[in-house]
Amino acid sequence: MHDFGYHRPASAADAAGLLAGKNEAKIVAGGMTLIPTLKQRLAQPSDLIDLGGIAELKGIKVESGGITIGAMTTHADVERSTDVRKTIPALAVLASGIGDPLVRNRGTMGGSVANSDPAADYPAAVLGLGATVRTNKREIKADDFFKGMFETALQDGEIITAIHFPKPEKAGYSKFANPASRYAIVGVFVARTSGGIRVAVTGAGPCAYRSKELEGALSANFTPDAVKAVKLSADGLNSDLHATAEYRAHLISVMASRAVAAAS
Amino acid sequence: MTATGIGASVKRKEDYRFLTGQGSYTDDINRHGQVYAYILRSPHAHAEIAKIDTSAAESAPGVIAIFTGADYDKGGLPAGWQIHSKDGSPMIEPPHLPLCKDRVRHVGDQVALVIAETYAQAKDAAEQIDVTYKELPAIISTADADKPGKPQVWADAKNNTCFDWHLGDKAATDAAFAKAHHVTKIDLVNQRLVPNAMEPRAAVGDYDRATGEYTLYTTSQNPHVIRLLMGAFVLQIPEHKLRVVAPDVGGGFGSKIFHYAEEALVTWAAGKLRRPVKWTAERGESFLTDAQGRDHVSHAELAMDKDGKFLGLRVSTVANMGAYLSTFAPCVPTYLYATLLAGVYTTPAIYAEVKAVFTNTVVVDAYRGAGRPEATYLLERLVDKAAREMKMDRVEIRRKNFIPRDAFPYQTPVALQYDSGDYFATLEAALKASDWAGFESRRADAKKRGKLRGIGISTYIEACGIAPSAVVGSLGARAGLYECGSIRVHPTGSVTVFTGTHSHGQGHETTFSQLVSDTLGIPIENVEVSHGDTNKIPFGMGTYGSRSLAVGGSALVKAMDKIVAKAKRIAAHLMEASVADVEFKNGTFTVAGTDKNVPWGTVALTAYVPHNYPITELEPGLEETAFYDPLNFTYPGGCHICEVEVDPDTGVTQIVNFTAVDDIGRVINPMIVEGQVHGGVAQGIGQALLENCVYDEESGQLLTGSLMDYCMPRADDLPNFKVATQSTMCTHNPLGAKGVGEVGAIGSPPAVINAVLDALSPLGVEDISMPATPLKVWQAIHSASAKVAAE
Ligand SMILES: Cc1cc2nc3c(=O)[nH]c(=O)nc-3n(C[C@H](O)[C@H](O)[C@H](O)COP(=O)(O)OP(=O)(O)OC[C@H]3O[C@@H](n4cnc5c(N)ncnc54)[C@H](O)[C@@H]3O)c2cc1C
Repeated sequence: MHDFGYHRPASAADAAGLLAGKNEAKIVAGGMTLIPTLKQRLAQPSDLIDLGGIAELKGIKVESGGITIGAMTTHADVERSTDVRKTIPALAVLASGIGDPLVRNRGTMGGSVANSDPAADYPAAVLGLGATVRTNKREIKADDFFKGMFETALQDGEIITAIHFPKPEKAGYSKFANPASRYAIVGVFVARTSGGIRVAVTGAGPCAYRSKELEGALSANFTPDAVKAVKLSADGLNSDLHATAEYRAHLISVMASRAVAAAS
Repeated sequence: MTATGIGASVKRKEDYRFLTGQGSYTDDINRHGQVYAYILRSPHAHAEIAKIDTSAAESAPGVIAIFTGADYDKGGLPAGWQIHSKDGSPMIEPPHLPLCKDRVRHVGDQVALVIAETYAQAKDAAEQIDVTYKELPAIISTADADKPGKPQVWADAKNNTCFDWHLGDKAATDAAFAKAHHVTKIDLVNQRLVPNAMEPRAAVGDYDRATGEYTLYTTSQNPHVIRLLMGAFVLQIPEHKLRVVAPDVGGGFGSKIFHYAEEALVTWAAGKLRRPVKWTAERGESFLTDAQGRDHVSHAELAMDKDGKFLGLRVSTVANMGAYLSTFAPCVPTYLYATLLAGVYTTPAIYAEVKAVFTNTVVVDAYRGAGRPEATYLLERLVDKAAREMKMDRVEIRRKNFIPRDAFPYQTPVALQYDSGDYFATLEAALKASDWAGFESRRADAKKRGKLRGIGISTYIEACGIAPSAVVGSLGARAGLYECGSIRVHPTGSVTVFTGTHSHGQGHETTFSQLVSDTLGIPIENVEVSHGDTNKIPFGMGTYGSRSLAVGGSALVKAMDKIVAKAKRIAAHLMEASVADVEFKNGTFTVAGTDKNVPWGTVALTAYVPHNYPITELEPGLEETAFYDPLNFTYPGGCHICEVEVDPDTGVTQIVNFTAVDDIGRVINPMIVEGQVHGGVAQGIGQALLENCVYDEESGQLLTGSLMDYCMPRADDLPNFKVATQSTMCTHNPLGAKGVGEVGAIGSPPAVINAVLDALSPLGVEDISMPATPLKVWQAIHSASAKVAAE
């Protein structure tokens, strides 16, 4: 990797200040995505602002019946949290299926959501639960957050501080993992919420998105069979060595049905 | 049997070192004044190098030297085996320079060697080297490489053909097909694999200006072979001025047999710069430069009489060599492949044609099993298909064609003579252990759960214990393949064993200690095994081809025979008896029929403190060396049975049972044997279900260039294996050992694929290629059900 300056601020405000003051600075959270990118010399930031020392960004709170998770909370903490398991068990299930133990003990909620990797798991939960992304500047609704492959509504210098997940009546997540990387080839998050059924799909498109067809099918009948039979179009879906667009289209229905079966 | 003797599952002596992080690998070695090498590699699969401008890079911080092909003034990497084509012409042997001069031939080819004070500085400087390439079209596909009009890798190799070789009796095979009742035909691809040893390759070159001696520390399975190849052919350094050390090595699987460019480059540069030079591969470089495995495209036909008895076999295979010839590449698809096409069957007439082709890809060479997995996969898929077409039971057709128990030694029509084996015994044991008979009820039960269950079998043989030198010499090997072992008995009776084999995960330090401690009747703690250093070990050919125990262990037995013969003469002198009357057992020398005895330690001490000694007849000291050249290959064989469940909704195949019953001859340490089978089967399952090395057919870029896309088997991909041995002894080596390193990877892939096909057979699926990924299985199910719907 190339040389860079390293900073470890103690507050989100300091981090934002550092970020604004440097030309090509980048935030590092768990480093699980960023460090490999640096090692491969695919990015050359002037400075890294490490959020690891900021206490206010860590932790899980029950808040207005839902769950608020600090940006620097690791996947392992989410997986193990009794509050999460009690309030939104599907979220703990999702976290437990990310990568491997090393990744789960380093990787963070904020890093994952900010990155908007097309194959990442968390975006499906953020979108599926209709969560709110809190930043140092504003609150962003999930439906407005994911913009494309590695693209979000975050502006330059904006830092995710926490994500608030409202409690659903029922939710489930099912992932078809890439056999090599174990990222999602297709992951489907389904939720029955007071505002209606939400179905979010990750892995299949440029970023996580909601499936209107599946939401329609489940609104009529919240059962595994209601979605399993839905034939989705493969148009615009990702295609790679591991899965064609047609296979992904098929897997979305299968994973949706499994997510409904697992929903609690 | 004692607790540490032959046949005991002694815990591995080396594991304390490995598990506590005390192993010493090549990258752990740091020499005083050491500098670091980074190799700038070609981003193109095929291009002319029009210009290299290193001026900016040369003044980058820390840079000591930059070398390109224009600076390199030594030899190329040699091929260790020469094949002759059908028409008698020798194979095309293109130059293989460690630094490319005017053309690059695969992504990852060496373009410049950058040496700096730190690795990061070398890498930074390399970014400033300006190379002007003139891109050329690339040929990637194995099947298309020899077609007319394709891009040519080498001007001398017309239609990219390295050699066009054959084996067997064509006329007799044609005659067998002429009288056949039925012919089963199959087309198969044995896909390319990336070895992925856990430890990436590394090399440290050192030059001692006071003595003029070079030292190379390297991740090698055979340091003496590297010394010979690099010293004699590449850098012209005589053996007495070149030391090669292969310290702890973290896995090889064949990929660390070969002599690589980086070894020569760091040694050469160390001499030029008078400073030690270290290079360590990054994982991405391992993908782009470690010799890869397999990569065959084959067509085969099996002629049978009306009862399903095999009459003849025709095979034609195209084997991909990559862009150059790696050290042993030419022998893999020929003498390690076509010679195995008789398998465990009495097929009387066999004719095989093998064309080796060059492509703009990484070199291909021996990878765990090397040729024998390809032969086994082809035969066992073909036999299963034949059974289906003949409406015969899969097991029955095998039994009917097995080489009978009393037919050994058995001469095959493809050059080999099997010394021993009992294929019925391994088959019956595996059928029983896997509850083959009870399978249909498990299938029915799975069906209730919405799963497609299948069972598959493979009965295989392989040839290892490589190799009788005269035989391989007549077949084109440019080296002998004996092994060397030395036993040094110290004055107090403890023993250091020097072996020319190399342990890189196999546990030789334990197995060989057991062998020596049992034979000499001394505690296992009193034995130390030394390997991997040409300055310590008299000579050696290294470890590959499941040869270490069968050949290296036999050399140790021969050396111990000499030790015991000499020790008996010393003991006879001490006991004032005739040598003929001295017996040696459990570490004690006795005189037959008397109570006279001398312990091992006294004899050892006497050899080194020869005060009371037959000095006019016998030299002092107790140290012997033996070279052992085997009389034949060894022939492990056996039966693997795999049971799978396929999820029709996703195409995911889960292995629910795996049984391996192998005949590996004498077993020294059953636990280590079991571990070797586990590892081999895991690799075989990897090939069958997960691993695939894929290049972009146009650009030649490696699409599976990291572990994010290249799928290695992990613990949760594998079931608990049922492993057993059912051995007949090798008849021609003193241990009766056959070898176990490769059997798992050889026997298992067809068992897995045959099981997947059995699971999918109710849907009418007849073929699936490796790896049977969820995508492929789903597509097979999908198109079969579309076909059914259309009908
Ligand atoms: C081997 C491996 C397997 C993996 N498997 C999976 C998987 O199965 N499923 C899955 O979902 N993920 C997987 N991941 C990704 C991982 O879980 C992390 O979520 C991901 O790497 C990002 O989190 P991080 O904390 O490491 O972020 P970093 O790598 O530190 O940062 C990632 C990006 O986000 C930015 N960023 C970080 N925090 C913030 C913030 N608070 N505000 C704004 N921007 C921010 C950084 O600047 C950077 O651009 C895997 C990773 C690895 C290495």
